[in-house]
Amino acid sequence: MRSQRTGWLLLAPTLLILFIFGVVPFIYVLVTSFTHWNAFAADPTPRFAGVDNYRQIVFDTQFLYSVWITLRFAFFVVVSEMVLGYFLARMMMSNFPLKGFFRTIHALPLMVAPIAVGATWRLLTVPGLGPLPYLLEQWFGIDYRIGSFPTQAFLTTVVMDIWHWTPLVTLTMLAALSSLPKEPFEQAQIDGANRIQIFWHLTLPYLRPAILATVFIRMMDALRTVDEVWMLTGGGPAAATRYIGLYIWRVVFPKTDYGYGAAISLVTLYLTIVLCWLLYVSLVARKEKKRAD
Amino acid sequence: MRRSRGILTLVFWCGASIITLFPIYWLFVISAKSRADLFGRPSLLLDSVNWDNYIATLTNPVFQHYMLNSIIVATCNCLLVTTMALLATYALSRFPLVGKENIFFWTITNRMAPPAVFLLPLFLLYTQAFTIGEWKLYDTRIGLILLYCVFNLPFAIWILRGIIDAIPKELDEAAMVDGANLWQILTRVILPVARPGLAVTAILTWVFAWNEYLFAATLTSVHARTITTGLAEFVTVTGTNWGLMAATAMLTLLPALVFLGIVQRHIVAGLTFGAVKE
Repeated sequence: MRSQRTGWLLLAPTLLILFIFGVVPFIYVLVTSFTHWNAFAADPTPRFAGVDNYRQIVFDTQFLYSVWITLRFAFFVVVSEMVLGYFLARMMMSNFPLKGFFRTIHALPLMVAPIAVGATWRLLTVPGLGPLPYLLEQWFGIDYRIGSFPTQAFLTTVVMDIWHWTPLVTLTMLAALSSLPKEPFEQAQIDGANRIQIFWHLTLPYLRPAILATVFIRMMDALRTVDEVWMLTGGGPAAATRYIGLYIWRVVFPKTDYGYGAAISLVTLYLTIVLCWLLYVSLVARKEKKRAD
Repeated sequence: MRRSRGILTLVFWCGASIITLFPIYWLFVISAKSRADLFGRPSLLLDSVNWDNYIATLTNPVFQHYMLNSIIVATCNCLLVTTMALLATYALSRFPLVGKENIFFWTITNRMAPPAVFLLPLFLLYTQAFTIGEWKLYDTRIGLILLYCVFNLPFAIWILRGIIDAIPKELDEAAMVDGANLWQILTRVILPVARPGLAVTAILTWVFAWNEYLFAATLTSVHARTITTGLAEFVTVTGTNWGLMAATAMLTLLPALVFLGIVQRHIVAGLTFGAVKE
C-alpha cells in the first residue's frame, strides 16, 4: 500500500505549484536577462543581447550603492538583534510573575504586517505630528528630520527593524536556552569557573546550532527588506535607504527595461546565495577545522 | 535577595513592554483623534476617543472591497496550503520515496529567495504568459492565492514535518491492518492527532497571506487589491490624511493581535523544533 506511486501522488500538488510559481519564473528571468527588451521602446520585442545587461550592471553606480547600504543595514540589524535578543531571552529564563503575559506582549511585533510597521513608524517620526522629533528636540536638542538627513533615516530603519524582529531572536534563543542540559553547568560551577568562562566554554558551544540558524534566517530577511522601509522613507532622502529590494521594485520596474531588470534580479539572487554560503563556510567550516586540529 | 531580584526583573519587563507597545499605542492615539486635534499641542494621552476615522474607513466601498479581497485571499490560501502541506508531509514522512530528503530541502529553499527578484518575471508571466484568451491571471484573486503558496507551503511543510514525524507509525499501521484506506487513515487517524499543530500552521499561514504586500502591489491593479496595498496608497497621495491612515493600519494589524493570543504558546514550541535540532 505504501507504494512509490501513492507517495508521489500525494506530493504532486505541492511540487506542481512550486514548479509553476517558483521554477518557471526563475527560468523565465534567466532567459529574459540575456535579451534587450523594453516594453516602451520603438521595437518592443525581445532581442538577443548576450551579456550586455550584465556588463551594464558593473557601471551602474546606483545599483552598487544600494548593494552596499543593504549589506550595511543587514550587518547592523543582525548584530544588534542577536545581542539584544540573547540578553532578553536570558532575562526571560528567570522566574517572575506574569511571565506568559510578558512573553505574549514581546512577541506582538512579529505578527504585525510589515507595511503596518512602516505606517506606524512613519506616524512616530513625522515632524509636527510624531513624538520622536518632538522629544529628541526637547531632551537632546537634536534636529530630527528623516526626510532630510540620510544618517538619521538609515538609523531609523535599523531601529524599526530591531523593534520588529528582535522578538524572533528572543524566542529562538529562549527555546535553545530552555533545552540546555543541566549537568555540565553544575559541574563547571563546582569546579569554580566564573561566569565569563561558563558563557564562553559551555553556553556558546551548546547554543551554536540555534545561533547559526537564527543568524541565517535574520540575514536573509534583512537582505530582502522592502515593505517597512518603503512605507517609512520611500527609499530616501535621495537614495540613503534605497535597499536592493526597493531598487528593483521602484527603479528598474517603472522603466520597463525588462532585460536589464531581469539581470539585476538574478545578480541579487546570486549575491544573496553567495553571502549565505560565505557565512556558512566561515561559521561552520572553521569549527570543523578546529575540531580536526 | 531572591525576591528583590524577581521584582527587578518584573520592573525590567514592564519597561520593555512599554517600548514594545508604544508604537502601536501611538497608532491608536492618532487614529482616535479628530483632524483638528491632530496638530495641536503634542500630547501622549487621549482626552476622548473619536471613532470617526474608523467609521469613515469601514463605510468606504473601496476599502470594503480591499478588505473582502484580503479575507478571501488569506482564507483560500490558508485552506489550500494546509491541505497540500498535510498531504505532502504525510508522503515525506511515511513513504519510502527516492531522494525525499533532497525534496524536503528543495521545498524549504523556495522560501529563502528574495521576493523582489521574482517580481519582474511574475509580472511578465501574469500579464503575458498565464492567459486564456482575454483572461489573464494578472489582477485576479486566484493569482494571489496560488502565488502565496510559494512562500507559505515551505513554511507549512517545515512546521508539519516535526508534527507528523512525531505521530507513531504503529497508529496508521494498525488502521491499515483493519482495512482502512489512505483517505480514512488521513482523516480518522492523522487529522485528530495532528489537529493542534495543524491549527497553528493554518493560523500562521493565514497571517502571512494577510500581511503580504509586495506581490499584491505588483500583480494587481483594481479588482484584486488587498488591504495592505490600500494602506500603502496613503503615502503616495499628496497631503496624507494621517488619521485615516492610522485607522487603516489598526484594522490591518487587528487580526494579527487576535491570533497572537491563540498561538503564542505554540510559536515557541515551533521554533524549538527548528532551532535546536542538530
